[in-house]
Amino acid sequence: MNELTRATTDDLTCRELVALVTAYLEQALPDHERLRVERHLAHCVGCHRYLAQMRQTIALTGQLREDDLTEEARVDLLKALRDWRWGRGEAERAGGE
Amino acid sequence: MTEDRSFSDRDDQHLITALRAGDEHACMALVERYQATLIRLALMYVGDRGAAEDVVQETWLGVLQGIGRFEERSSFKTWLFRILTNRAKTRGVRDGRTLPFSAVAASGDGEDDGVGIDRFFPPGHEFAGAWSSLPTDWDGLPEARFLTDETRGVIDRAIETLPPNQREVITLRDIDGWTADEVRNALDLSETNQRVLLHRARTKVRQALAEYLER
Repeated sequence: MNELTRATTDDLTCRELVALVTAYLEQALPDHERLRVERHLAHCVGCHRYLAQMRQTIALTGQLREDDLTEEARVDLLKALRDWRWGRGEAERAGGE
Repeated sequence: MTEDRSFSDRDDQHLITALRAGDEHACMALVERYQATLIRLALMYVGDRGAAEDVVQETWLGVLQGIGRFEERSSFKTWLFRILTNRAKTRGVRDGRTLPFSAVAASGDGEDDGVGIDRFFPPGHEFAGAWSSLPTDWDGLPEARFLTDETRGVIDRAIETLPPNQREVITLRDIDGWTADEVRNALDLSETNQRVLLHRARTKVRQALAEYLER
């Protein structure tokens, strides 16, 4: 558990790092803040693991994509599209009111 | 890894040109691409799934009516989302629901970071703010644990129980693969608010996963 001691000697605490983790991943931190985070990560096992967990969470969430189009909605939309095309043709024939 | 689920504006452009020419396949490709996202977004404004599907249907009709006037220089996504939110808001008001998105976005700054304050040594302690018990090394868990339907279910439920604005941001960013700027534009959020909402959402999903994987 030496890591714990060393983490607190840095000017950033683990608790603070946890609060900054998204800004860090989003590359939204100014350079000096980013360096503080990276210095801390370099020797803190706990935060290193936490960051890895966050990355894994993001990757796993990315696997949830799904198709939500019901058959009924598909049929309705196709009908609407045909009506629309047909209506547009009508309008053109009528001189595009 | 975002490549296969994030669609570029150029892909859209291609489909829009075909749609204008009345191409059915192009129309349905656009619909497939955005349907799930639109329904989730509509659900933030209206009460139930049926109403959300109505709103999305109206949105596509709006797209057909407006496609001739759509400015190709702007993003189709942004334009599509404007139509959706306008219609969803109208419907939401009619149904007696009010949910101004950005009004709630910045609230709750006192919210903890979702890790549990007791995971850190308390103020005044020699190691104040450092982990009092280290996070688990997930790389030490068998790969198979991550790939199950059960794990997906854990994430799904965690997202479902988020406040609507957090849910929407994490869905667009991490499931649908949108960029931060696209989400900001579509939901009319400041850079900071977008990030804060994403942070809270991801933190809670991580927490749910940790509880499940480490139990």
